[in-house]
Amino acid sequence: MSNDDQILEEFTSKEYEFGWTVDLEADEAPKGLNEDIIHFISAKKEEPQWLLEWRLKAFRAWQKMEEPTWPNVDYPPVDYQDLIYYSAPKQKTKPKSLDEVDPELLATFEKLGISLTEQKRLTGVAVDAVIDSVSVATTFKETLGELGIIFCSFSEAVQEHPELIKKHLGSVVPITDNYFAALNSAVFSDGSFCYIPKGVRCPMELSTYFRINAANTGQFERTLIVAEEGSYVSYLEGCTAPMRDENQLHAAVVEIKAAADSEVKYSTVQNWYPGDKNGKGGIYNFVTKRGICEGDRSKISWTQVETGSAVTWKYPSCILKGDYSQGEFYSVAVTNNYQQADTGTKMIHIGKNTRSRIVSKGISAGKSQNSYRGQVKVMKRAENARNFSQCDSLLMGDKCGAHTFPYIDIENQSAQVEHEATTSKIGEDQIFYCQQRGIDEESAVALIVNGYAKEVLNKLPMEFAVEAQKLLALTLEGSVG
Amino acid sequence: MEKLAGQKVLESLKERFQAFETSLNGHSNSAAHQVRKAAFENLQTKGLPHAKHEEYKFFNLTKALEKNFNFPQSSSPAKVNADTVQQFGIEGLEAHKLVFINGVLSAELSDNIAIEGVSIEALQDAFNKENVALFNTEAQFEEDAFVAMNTAFAQNGIQITVADKAIVEKPIMLQFIGASAEESFDYQVRNLINIGKLAEVTIIEKFDTLEGASSFTNIVNEISVAEGAQAKYYKIENDAANTYHIANTHVSQQQNSHFTANTIALDGAMVRNNLNIKLQAENCEAHMNGLYVLGDKTHVDNHTVVDHMMPNAYSNELYKGIMDDKSKGVFNGKIFVRQDAQKTNAFQSNKNILLTNDATVNTKPQLEIWADDVKCSHGCTTGQLDRDALFYLQARGIQKDKARAILLHAFASDVIENFEIEAIQQYVEAIITERLAK
Repeated sequence: MSNDDQILEEFTSKEYEFGWTVDLEADEAPKGLNEDIIHFISAKKEEPQWLLEWRLKAFRAWQKMEEPTWPNVDYPPVDYQDLIYYSAPKQKTKPKSLDEVDPELLATFEKLGISLTEQKRLTGVAVDAVIDSVSVATTFKETLGELGIIFCSFSEAVQEHPELIKKHLGSVVPITDNYFAALNSAVFSDGSFCYIPKGVRCPMELSTYFRINAANTGQFERTLIVAEEGSYVSYLEGCTAPMRDENQLHAAVVEIKAAADSEVKYSTVQNWYPGDKNGKGGIYNFVTKRGICEGDRSKISWTQVETGSAVTWKYPSCILKGDYSQGEFYSVAVTNNYQQADTGTKMIHIGKNTRSRIVSKGISAGKSQNSYRGQVKVMKRAENARNFSQCDSLLMGDKCGAHTFPYIDIENQSAQVEHEATTSKIGEDQIFYCQQRGIDEESAVALIVNGYAKEVLNKLPMEFAVEAQKLLALTLEGSVG
Repeated sequence: MEKLAGQKVLESLKERFQAFETSLNGHSNSAAHQVRKAAFENLQTKGLPHAKHEEYKFFNLTKALEKNFNFPQSSSPAKVNADTVQQFGIEGLEAHKLVFINGVLSAELSDNIAIEGVSIEALQDAFNKENVALFNTEAQFEEDAFVAMNTAFAQNGIQITVADKAIVEKPIMLQFIGASAEESFDYQVRNLINIGKLAEVTIIEKFDTLEGASSFTNIVNEISVAEGAQAKYYKIENDAANTYHIANTHVSQQQNSHFTANTIALDGAMVRNNLNIKLQAENCEAHMNGLYVLGDKTHVDNHTVVDHMMPNAYSNELYKGIMDDKSKGVFNGKIFVRQDAQKTNAFQSNKNILLTNDATVNTKPQLEIWADDVKCSHGCTTGQLDRDALFYLQARGIQKDKARAILLHAFASDVIENFEIEAIQQYVEAIITERLAK
């Protein structure tokens, strides 16, 4: 096993590839959280009165709430008064084209391999790049505008489409939903807004790159996607963050509304800084993601590849309200070193003939803890509801843990609900089989892990699938003995 | 001070505990009584589980107890005759029978048992002799309020000690009958079962209540299975509709031992079975079979925990339920595999059928694994009868009712087949048939 130990050592000592910081002058709020800060954020963003009041209401609710302790994760308490709740890269005027964008900022994206200009020219993906809370560049807006699609930063949407924001904001995730959602509602700085009008099929993949940059900044993103009747959109979200020693808090909220016959596909690749191999530093990722299939025959599909963050707490959920609506959840969660992940989904069947499918693949290595926590609820009126859940765990090394907490609550006799879960390590016979055919152990492991996660990776859009496969290979190289 | 859940119950128990202490006379200084005292204090400071308690989320027994019971200092059992015992028995079952009325061993209704290598003693006598080694070793009162309550009032029940290498051919049956002339009554039973090395024994527990009074049963079993022993444990619960029943069965297994638990729940208002098996050594094997066939408003909650502590152990769990009317079935199966428990094989399966839209199922099969070289899986399904299968039978001229009965019997037979005693198989089958005919 010495060879494996060596590989394991090599791998575990690998430092975070995307870790660096760019010196950007930030326009920051003072540390701490109180009503003044909320007034400050709201004023900074030139928000209307109703939004300020909405934030304050959320803040007051948050003050009365307690931080949840039920997730199977363990982290030092967060001092919410020691965080900076607003920081925006300094810019004199709003840029009209890419040429006006801070060149240093653009270089950041170059380093990540997502040059805006490149993307604009070659891939046809509209990128709404977010660095520390404020959108700095939006591309392809005009093309989308012709179809009536609105895709812009949240603050812009507040200025330009206040009626849409007012109507939909907080309608899926109410401000009192949970501790972190309330916090986000109070202090969210920016995010993305996407509106697909009736009968429109969005011709390109929409994507936003979230990055956390300034030190000591909690990032509170807010994403709202509204798909009108018969529309379709595929939305991608990808994250990488520079290396930091202090823990950074990230509490985002994503809301999706799908009207009749619409389909929304939401994909995430999350690769935030997980902390070093001794468990020092790393991002706290406490996210509330929820979609509602309001209309009949609507569909929401979540796909996620989670490899980063020190602590993850995230349950993308679907409320299947419309008849014949569908919800899907595909997830690969990889944890290594001292990472902890408590993730899963909720499928709430309300409408008749609703269907949901859950495929969750957990991979734990090092000293990490990986939990799947999910709920499938079939309400009394949800005739002929159908659910299939599969959650598999792969363990690498004897110091990690894999846990599953599925809740299955059925109140209708016509429901058909199946759940299965397995836990195992990579079979010696599988590796042996590959080795027999001249594939070395290293590649065999990569091959098997890739095959294990294939079901989920296949659901990702092309651009992400490549990135995700690279990430998987990078994260798990040689960690099996 | 913050109000504890079940405050009313706790208050009435206080008086009862004082009366109990006085009645002990000279024995109130015994080691066992110190444990009772500690358990009672634990209960009084922690209170009963409240509605948000994760383990009791779907099972609010506290509320039911506050509403229906006044916990008097003592309740006098009604007269039960041999016919009643016969009526609640299992036809064709050959067993050494011990009968308990409201938890108290009745010498006159029980068989005279003399088995070589087996010592059977009423728990009260064992307490008086201060010979209760197993007491409070397997079940920890700190972990569960109802275990604490039972421990505080531990007095009645049985102590069975099976000597090393003793092979008991006929099963030992503990028949519990609840009967009282009063409006509501309760009884607390503690059974200590110590199975020696290489011994073989089958223990059957059966619970029934006479119609009428509403009753609360709180039972704790502590079972120790020594090296190489083979033990089988049956629990058949078929109480009256206004019975509240909670059972905690804690088992520890040593090297090369086999243990099988068969848990059958058929009736009552609320029934809770906590089955907790610790595989403390290598090469242990544990099997858990469970069957719940429910109607009316019966609420059955099965919580099982299998704790794999050492390598090369095997556990297999199969629980099946049929829910009719407004009944509610809850299943929570936990499998823990500790870091040392390499080469563990653990399997768990829970299958449910709902017959009406008013019936509910809440299941939570839970795996927690810290070792890597293991094979663990769990699966659960909930649904109705397979429409294709039903159609297939109907197409062959079998009436719908009958076809449904065939399929339900077939569904339950997976579990029933695992019961090795034919008389018990027939008993359960007959009850299912009777239910379906309704």
